Amino acid sequence: MAGVLTGEGQRVSRAAADVVRAEAAAVPVPPAVRRAPGRREGLTAFLFLSPTLLVFGVFVVFPILFSFYLSFQQWNLFADDHAFVGLANYGAVFSDPEFWQVFWNTTVYTVATVPLNMVLALGVAVLLERRVRGKRLLRAAFFTPVVVSSVAAGVIWRWVFDPNLGLANVALTAVGLPAVDWTANAAAAMAALIIVGVWKTFGINMVLFAAGLSAIPSHYYEAAAIDGARSWSQFRHITLPLLAPTTLFVLVLSMIGSFQVFDVVFVLTRGGPLGATKVLVYYLYEHAFKFFDMGYASAVAYLLFAVLFVLTLVQVRAFRNRGAVAV
Amino acid sequence: MSAVTAHSARRAAGSAGNHLLLYTLALLTVAPFLWMVLTSFKDLQEIFSYPPTWWPERFTTDNYTDAFAAAPFGRFYFNSLFVAVVVTLGQLVTCSMAAYAFARMQFRGRDVLFYLFLGTMMVPAHVTMIPSFMILHWLGLIDSYGALILPGLASAFGTFLLRQFFLTLPKELEEAAFIDGCGRFRVLWQIILPLARPALATLAVFTFMGVFNDFLWALIVVNSQELYTVQLGLAIFRDRYSTEWGPLMAGSVAATLPILILFFVAQKHFIQGIALSGLKD
Repeated sequence: MAGVLTGEGQRVSRAAADVVRAEAAAVPVPPAVRRAPGRREGLTAFLFLSPTLLVFGVFVVFPILFSFYLSFQQWNLFADDHAFVGLANYGAVFSDPEFWQVFWNTTVYTVATVPLNMVLALGVAVLLERRVRGKRLLRAAFFTPVVVSSVAAGVIWRWVFDPNLGLANVALTAVGLPAVDWTANAAAAMAALIIVGVWKTFGINMVLFAAGLSAIPSHYYEAAAIDGARSWSQFRHITLPLLAPTTLFVLVLSMIGSFQVFDVVFVLTRGGPLGATKVLVYYLYEHAFKFFDMGYASAVAYLLFAVLFVLTLVQVRAFRNRGAVAV
Repeated sequence: MSAVTAHSARRAAGSAGNHLLLYTLALLTVAPFLWMVLTSFKDLQEIFSYPPTWWPERFTTDNYTDAFAAAPFGRFYFNSLFVAVVVTLGQLVTCSMAAYAFARMQFRGRDVLFYLFLGTMMVPAHVTMIPSFMILHWLGLIDSYGALILPGLASAFGTFLLRQFFLTLPKELEEAAFIDGCGRFRVLWQIILPLARPALATLAVFTFMGVFNDFLWALIVVNSQELYTVQLGLAIFRDRYSTEWGPLMAGSVAATLPILILFFVAQKHFIQGIALSGLKD
């Protein structure tokens, strides 16, 4: 579907804008070269773009607009009737206690997953920067959870978190800790979801941090070493400040990703026990594709969009105000 | 002990600690996969024995035959591979054509269009999902390969990735071809695409992985079992056989194996694809 690569897509959009800006400023195109293939360039360009424009028009541009329109409609797909209801869908969403429950669950998941994910990813990326044997193998190992499907990951981890025979409880009891009922205990189920979330995605951030680290000129470290700075102080005063743009990028993308978690929830906990791990997209899915209440579900989708948009702006501003990033 | 040897001893200890930490973390990361594979080759009795064994004591492939007998995983496999291959090939064509237009052609509104195009990537997939489903419903395409394939036939990410790559290629090659009378299409096909193989490979690997692993969209648009993808089949299978860990692990091995193989063959392209998107930040 159109959204298959959206995760990756979102990853590039800001970088894209920077690149485009830089190019526009830096590389003037000689006019003679520009017109090489003749006058009908507009038509040729249109032909080259037409397959993409067609698919995008039908499955991206129209849906973005139509979804907004839908959010003001009472629209059941199979009842075949619809009516303008103003803000009633939004009102109904806000007055549904379950919405606030899933919003809270999603927030808890995001607030726990993102920092853990980032610390782990940065730690591993920094350690891998040093002289290490088997670097390729290690990096592949950390990246493996990223490439496998969330469904398979969910099934595997269900087995690991099986209350009776799962590896997690075997490990806990082996070191003298009490076994945990990962399926019936609300907090434990959320913890399990967070563990899987971090495990599944920290490899992406590791690669992004590694790319950021490799862009820091090594003579900064050499100079610091001559001045007698130890590794921690080098990390604190060179690595972290110079890595700030990458950190912002990783933070925004991890948050966007976490807020949209669905697959693992569906397979691992089914939102249970008693809705304790039900997340926003799960709620949206139920309203759209179980109850076919397209207007209501579109309102939820636009609220999700709005939340992500505002959070992104807030973070970009926070970084900019501290002078860390020239955005 | 002199200062120099103390320093190098500390370095050696630091390096050993570094290795120990990294390898422990790596082992913990892949442990669930090892556990999946090992469980899939154990018999029922051994899976439910406590404390658990690591290595299968009685090696068996029954879980695989059971899983494939309980659900037509062969068919699911065909569906997943078919959809993933068609979408990947489709994206290579549509994205390279669009990317070439954005990278090299001059036409009115090009930059505005390109920004709008990139802007759509900001919108969560869940916003477009509902109307896309309705469109396919109106077209009578729900529960068909068309529903799984059509929305994936273009990609803003892919277009962007290829455009960035095309911009790095020297223009002189194309100019010579234009003088020889080649049209835009032949230039793209015969000059640009052969040079862009690394970027095309990265896009192909990413798209294939995305489509093969996709779950939510297949869950929404497919009802008949004949059209289930591997991921959908596994999720349904997990509901029906919720504690039959042997067959479930066999199914999970089946659902992860193609991607794991692809990853180990083309690791560079996976990591490059991620890094490329962040590098230019």
